[in-house]
Amino acid sequence: MSTTYWETEPHHHEDGASTNIGFWVYLMSDCLMFAVLFATFGVLHGSYAAGPGPQDLFDLRLVAVNTAMLLLSSITYGFAMLAMAQGNKSATLRWLGITLIFGLCFLGIELYEFNHMIHEGAGPQRSAFLSAFFTLVGTHGLHVTFGSLWLVVLMVQVAQRGLIPENQRRLLCLSLFWHFLDVIWIGVFTLVYLLGVI
Amino acid sequence: MSAHSQHSDHGHGSYRGYLTGFVLSVILTAIPFGLVMAGGFENRFLTVGVVIGCAVVQVLVHMVCFLHMNSRAEEGWTLLSTLFTVIIVVIMIAGSLWVMFHLNTNMMPQMDHDLLPERLRG
Repeated sequence: MSTTYWETEPHHHEDGASTNIGFWVYLMSDCLMFAVLFATFGVLHGSYAAGPGPQDLFDLRLVAVNTAMLLLSSITYGFAMLAMAQGNKSATLRWLGITLIFGLCFLGIELYEFNHMIHEGAGPQRSAFLSAFFTLVGTHGLHVTFGSLWLVVLMVQVAQRGLIPENQRRLLCLSLFWHFLDVIWIGVFTLVYLLGVI
Repeated sequence: MSAHSQHSDHGHGSYRGYLTGFVLSVILTAIPFGLVMAGGFENRFLTVGVVIGCAVVQVLVHMVCFLHMNSRAEEGWTLLSTLFTVIIVVIMIAGSLWVMFHLNTNMMPQMDHDLLPERLRG
């Protein structure tokens, strides 16, 4: 005679029921990766190797504009989610498009800044400080790049299939990703740019 | 549980919530940028404190208003995993800075600030 004290049948889960928490755990692991890059930058932030430092390189007005771009893209994505909750497909697509434009503006300004620095001879190979800077800010920029790609793919999906539950789930994941990147950017502009210039 | 109810219990927020978060974020971004661009306080540590304080508050604003974090989402697992992450992040960053600072001061006593570039501004 045998008695089982645990459930032998696997739980039944709805499709995508665990996506939210799973994606959240991914974001947390991404956060740990950024923490390592922040720690590296923190350790190396004074190792200029007699090269240019933050006060010579950073243009805070440009960083402020960049911060505004990302913040605006965050709220327009929020409006896209509200339009999605109301089932308004065209408004969702419109807000996603505006979000994409702000995201691309952010990337354009960041690429301009990187290009400008490298032309001034302040590339990632110049000093440990600059290596850490380009790794940290570049990784964030890569995230925004892939987020923008994801945004384009989802816009095509929504345009073709509408706001079906699968697309709603995907849009929710991207919204977490997008807002998460804005949170990371708060750390970047505070610890890298502002504290560097003080 | 239908797909729709999954989403609604996670929450999409409201116009009011997003606008509140946006306005607070603008204020909490403008304060540190304005402060640093104006040259900061006499006391450097006070400036650093205000800048970091604004960042911490803004992160919390983003988490509540944009990421819709609360203690109920996913039966508290979202909050728990976030708290765990915060602890690890603090240990990692504070630990790295602490260890490497002592390593630098103990291993390279003569490597002083002579190698730093000339401060051009401020």
